[in-house]
Amino acid sequence: MQATVATSRIRTLATGDSVQRLLALGALVILLAFFSFSVPNFASLENYRNILTATASNGLLATGVTFVIITAGIDLSIGTGTAFTSVAMGIVAVNWGLPLPLGLLAALGAGALVGLVSGMLIAKAKLPPFIATLGMLYVTLGMAQVLSDVHPIYFTDSQPALRGFFMDAPIAGIPNIVWVMFGGAAVAWILLNKTVFGRYTFAIGSNEEATRLSGVNVDRWKIAVYVVGGVFVGLAGIVLSARSASAQPSQGMGYELNAIAAAVIGGTSLAGGEGSIVGTLIGAFLISTLATGLSVDNVPQQFQYVITGLVVIGAVWLDIARRRGRA
Amino acid sequence: MNVTRIMGLAAAAAIAVSACSGSSATPAPSAAAPASEAPAASSDGGAASAYTPPTDGGAAKGKTIAIVSKGEQHAFWQAVKKGALDEAAKLGVTATYQGPANETMVNDQLTMLQNALTNNPAAVCFAALDSKAAGDLLSQAQSKGIPVIGFDSGVDSTIPVTTVATDNIAAAGVAADKLAALIGDSGKVAVIVHDQTSQTGITRRDGFVNEMKAKHPNIQIVSIQYGAGDHQKSADLAKGIMTANPDLKGFFGANEGSIDGILDALKETGNENKIVAVGYDSGQQQLDAITSGVESGAITQNPIGIGAKCVDAAVDAVNGKTLPKTIDTGFYWYDKTNINDPTIQAVLYK
Repeated sequence: MQATVATSRIRTLATGDSVQRLLALGALVILLAFFSFSVPNFASLENYRNILTATASNGLLATGVTFVIITAGIDLSIGTGTAFTSVAMGIVAVNWGLPLPLGLLAALGAGALVGLVSGMLIAKAKLPPFIATLGMLYVTLGMAQVLSDVHPIYFTDSQPALRGFFMDAPIAGIPNIVWVMFGGAAVAWILLNKTVFGRYTFAIGSNEEATRLSGVNVDRWKIAVYVVGGVFVGLAGIVLSARSASAQPSQGMGYELNAIAAAVIGGTSLAGGEGSIVGTLIGAFLISTLATGLSVDNVPQQFQYVITGLVVIGAVWLDIARRRGRA
Repeated sequence: MNVTRIMGLAAAAAIAVSACSGSSATPAPSAAAPASEAPAASSDGGAASAYTPPTDGGAAKGKTIAIVSKGEQHAFWQAVKKGALDEAAKLGVTATYQGPANETMVNDQLTMLQNALTNNPAAVCFAALDSKAAGDLLSQAQSKGIPVIGFDSGVDSTIPVTTVATDNIAAAGVAADKLAALIGDSGKVAVIVHDQTSQTGITRRDGFVNEMKAKHPNIQIVSIQYGAGDHQKSADLAKGIMTANPDLKGFFGANEGSIDGILDALKETGNENKIVAVGYDSGQQQLDAITSGVESGAITQNPIGIGAKCVDAAVDAVNGKTLPKTIDTGFYWYDKTNINDPTIQAVLYK
């Protein structure tokens, strides 16, 4: 009886994108073990905490973009979007001197606004997601620089609580930016797996036309998906600002690719219709474990790029090979 | 385990090879000229020039010095890296070198500093992209008892035991004097700077502008534009300035990308040898332009010396020596007449 349950369990796990997730998880465990044994100073609580901290912003961006990718879309504006959301927070909380919580809301609101614009461009104006969000990449970077007059905004003096709460008041030894990531991921998991929003997200990605024909207002849900992605850009902006105690108006170029890589490593298909939050988080951890391990081991940067690239290619190749085997 | 090690070895080999090819191109790379020899160094920096570098690693021998710089790929940073690694080898210490892909990646640089501290190095050399943003990690280094040496641009904090840098204000002032002399001490000039936020951008701009205002009242600075150190962008800006000011007599480019853009713009508009250009740093295009006379001359920092001196200072800090607050690494004015001097050749890069 128990054996049957176990077998059917294995069978469930062996189908769909959960295999990719298991592969990614296996790779992460192997990588952690490998670095812990072979790289001096890697195996320390402090370093594991550093890996968690380094994952926070990318984990949030990747979680948000997972929704977008599941609809067969893409969002290239999420990297520089963090500059925009950071600066929005800085303007409200530092330049205007309003309470910090309003600044946090400003970051989330700014992110949602960017998502709304991208979503409208894609769903209503029918721009391809790649083009619409490529445009928004420059718009958000430019707006961040215009609003801040190309000067970093420092939270150190007038809003010490930003760093104080998110970095220097750890719960169970782990900085709160990491808990923000886990909290955000938990909400995202519920949204994706337990709500109508999640069901339509998958449906749009699997077959947009069929979803439309079955009476779903696809345009509206698509816009909602980009808005949700944008809110996560706001969270990432908060996390990045907390780490550096500043809003950097030029930050974020390239972060979108790290986030997309994390989602893809975690089994989210760029063709749409497949993906999971747990997989994405594993992907994000894999990337930062790799980066931290290679960095602590003093592997020169050029090799870090090569290795990270090979991991992304390997992950997707495995995914494709598995699908072909199944078909 | 082996993969990482092999990668590491391959990398070390690659660095060794590139270091070798580098040294064959420059006649005297190991002997970075001390600041006091700088012919154009108008900064009589007092305590700064009193620094004598160590000749031996002492108690620091075999220990690791972690260097976190602003970049790795630009020729300038490669020269800093070479200076640091050569000096480390000479003193018998191990130096590691990391830097983000570009100078806007503040958070990425913080992660690198964090990772460097994980290894508990004997000392850290740090060229902050944003020193305020790094405050927390600098405190962490301090509480771990790891001395921090600031280099390139100042670290705005009391934690670094010393700062190893070029006196950019004085150097840009020399560029202003030279440009003024070249255009007969009157007329219109314009400035292209890489950015208005970094320490080097601000100090070079202000050093140039203040010197012009103080010593050359008949020279008018008609425009100061920011080109992000990007050739193409700087070229477009320079062309715009020339269109707006047909009687422009001179340009100052505040870093390699800025002056390269100006040179491109002069070429494209047929203004070569009509408008005077002075620059900063080196790089192939600028060196060629100076040799051919299209560019009148440039300020060069001493990147190899910056790298070497920050390792020197780190070794001294580990050995418990007291260091001056700042260590000036010197700068030179070079033009067609002295570009082939061994002292100048040693600090130029391509």
